[in-house]
Amino acid sequence: MYKYDSYDQQMVDARVEEFRDQARRRLEGKLTEDQFKPLRLMNGLYLQLHAYMLRVAIPYGTLDSRQMHALADIADKYDRGYGHFTTRQNIQYNWIKLEDAADILADLAKVEMHAIQTSGNCIRNISSDHFAGAAADEVVDPRPYAELLRQWSSFHPEFSYLPRKFKIAVIASDTDRAAMRLHDIGIQIVEQDGELGAAFYVGGGMGRTPMIAPCINPFVPLDQLVTYAEACLRVYNRHGRRDNKYKARIKILVHEMGAEEYTRQVEAEFAHLLEQGVEPPFAELERIRTFFEDPLFEADLTDDIDRSDPDFALWVDRNTVAHKADGYVSAVISLKPVGGIPGDATTEQMHLMADLARDYSFDELRVMHTQNIVLPHVRKADLHALWTALEAAGLGSPNLDTVEDIIACPGLDYCSLANARSIPVAQQISERFAANGKTEALGQLKLKISGCINACGHHHAGHIGILGVDKKGVENYQLLLGGSEAEDVSLAKITGPGFDEAGIVDAVETAADVYLRERQDGERFLDTYRRIGMTPFKEALYG
Amino acid sequence: MRILTGNDLKTGAVTWWTGSDWSLHVEDAVDVTGSEDEIARREESARRVNAPYAIDATMDEGSPRPSHIKDRVRAIGPTVRPDLTLKPADPDIGNWVI
Amino acid sequence: MADFVSDTDTLIRYREDEPVDHAAVTVDSFLDQSNASAVRVEPGDDARELIPHLERLALVEVNFPAFGDGRGYSSARLLREAGYEGELRAVGDVLVDQVAYMRRCGFDAFEPDAALNEDDLETALSRWPEVYQPAADSRTPIWAKRHA
Repeated sequence: MYKYDSYDQQMVDARVEEFRDQARRRLEGKLTEDQFKPLRLMNGLYLQLHAYMLRVAIPYGTLDSRQMHALADIADKYDRGYGHFTTRQNIQYNWIKLEDAADILADLAKVEMHAIQTSGNCIRNISSDHFAGAAADEVVDPRPYAELLRQWSSFHPEFSYLPRKFKIAVIASDTDRAAMRLHDIGIQIVEQDGELGAAFYVGGGMGRTPMIAPCINPFVPLDQLVTYAEACLRVYNRHGRRDNKYKARIKILVHEMGAEEYTRQVEAEFAHLLEQGVEPPFAELERIRTFFEDPLFEADLTDDIDRSDPDFALWVDRNTVAHKADGYVSAVISLKPVGGIPGDATTEQMHLMADLARDYSFDELRVMHTQNIVLPHVRKADLHALWTALEAAGLGSPNLDTVEDIIACPGLDYCSLANARSIPVAQQISERFAANGKTEALGQLKLKISGCINACGHHHAGHIGILGVDKKGVENYQLLLGGSEAEDVSLAKITGPGFDEAGIVDAVETAADVYLRERQDGERFLDTYRRIGMTPFKEALYG
Repeated sequence: MRILTGNDLKTGAVTWWTGSDWSLHVEDAVDVTGSEDEIARREESARRVNAPYAIDATMDEGSPRPSHIKDRVRAIGPTVRPDLTLKPADPDIGNWVI
Repeated sequence: MADFVSDTDTLIRYREDEPVDHAAVTVDSFLDQSNASAVRVEPGDDARELIPHLERLALVEVNFPAFGDGRGYSSARLLREAGYEGELRAVGDVLVDQVAYMRRCGFDAFEPDAALNEDDLETALSRWPEVYQPAADSRTPIWAKRHA
């Protein structure tokens, strides 16, 4: 994985000192809260429901054991012994003090980490495929391109006061594991006639106006990648709406201007910028690529797994994913124990996951946008030992991509924007299906819960989505069906009137039962919904 | 009644205006009807509070109870982590919040 | 070194030449008349409309009515990319934590609504030992140094 050189280290260190100075000026009263807010946000520091919250960047979701240990230490030293992994592959801490924030950033800098641009109206941390470098179906590892863009977007002088936040995802396979087309810019590295290039999808997003990004250029040569991104951003910075914060994302610009006109303007800007020398030399991309070469996979490993323990066999079936190297798998550590808080991990669990990565996965971990952790390169022969250690720590839930593997935003328990709580709904749903035993029969069922219309819980992209709303001061939950964040991307539709907290749990089970009744061979929930449509579900829910 | 809340600038902790100072406990909040803007302005400019705002509340068994659920969650802590709330030993606190 | 000019309270210039002695006109007025040499670009103006007339411009003011409106950064940079060498002045709600990026986008003068603290300004402008990307200043990006 990528390692800082002295340049990278100097930049991160300078940022720590800049923020230390800004926080000091805020505490001394030289900065008002209005002036300080964008500065702290660009360092990941929010003022949340109970305290300051710090969001730490995990670039493209990749980290090593030393970094995971450092994240655990921060939870222990500055927070309350846990952290929350997010749908943008980051981690956030809920109980941070402003007077500690610069010290935390300094601790992060010691392990080549930071909180730069994890919030604010700027280019955010760049996300990617959590199986990058391990997946058999990728044309190339997408992370070097994400790293190239990370450096380009860090402290970008022109694009730090954009109309609104800006999220970029980079993938390199036809299977989309990063919700690529629901980003402001989604980039897919593709191969065409033996050449690699970048397909640009611009103007996707969730939030209150969900949109699927159209492709505006199917093949940007890799030695023009940064220049093209710069053109996309400049058109947005100049013409994105600033009169209404709810219409300020690039999806609204692309929608109102039309994808064709937006593309025309980007191409004109691109032609201009090609003359300006903003593109790093190809040697820089080559330099970055050397950090992402395969680890030394062993040859002649056994593919046999002793499946005599049924609990272990179930975990292997549900939580391991095919790897490009023989004898290896990618193993998913579920942060979704039945009745637990999706995405939360304690200090002890983080330390353990770090140790297991060191022992079993070439010292590498990934954060998934589904709020789980991946050990990307595990020998099949080591799976039983790995599982045994995970089980003992409450990390062995065999529920990847099942109805229990719920994405939930922090909701009204933590978030000042939320209208309703998300976590208790997730807890009750996972408990309901664990108790009624339907999880296995339901197979792949992606359930996503947001506590407000901003959609941090990706409810638009759930096979089943839940949106919490405020109905005259009482929590109410709308049910949505038919969304997908994957390569078969679609936006979920609302079934009808909302439900109270108990009612929404029943409603999810009712919808699941319609699927179990109606499904044909091999169909997932989503496939059945697409075939039979909303009506049978509505009849069961409201009839 | 109207009560005034905000966050401590240094720690971020949720605080409530007591008439003379800021407290972590909503029970200490006093009615500020009519003077909320003036107190908020004065206290914020003195940096004794960050981002203050006034909310509606009712008296409930002798202490103020914020009218909106969001402010009740703020007053106590996350409902999903009773161990981290201000009332970890109170089994009925969930009913007060919800 | 900044030249703190005395005739207004807050004007800071990083240029050797004398400041223009008359007020800037709007972009529309400028395009309608031929004698003005100073123009003020508002956030919604298309700075590219000035490009055919750069030779007669000595001062372009870019207004920031609110510090969070970042259109002026693009206006500045594309004027520099077009070869404009006159004064480029950021005016309005310009804060000390923004001046380093503004300098990178080509601004060489600031006239903030509220005076900037001189020490904070010097600290801000000397903050970044390196830069990741080329812009409208003369700084060499990290990638160029890596492959020098």
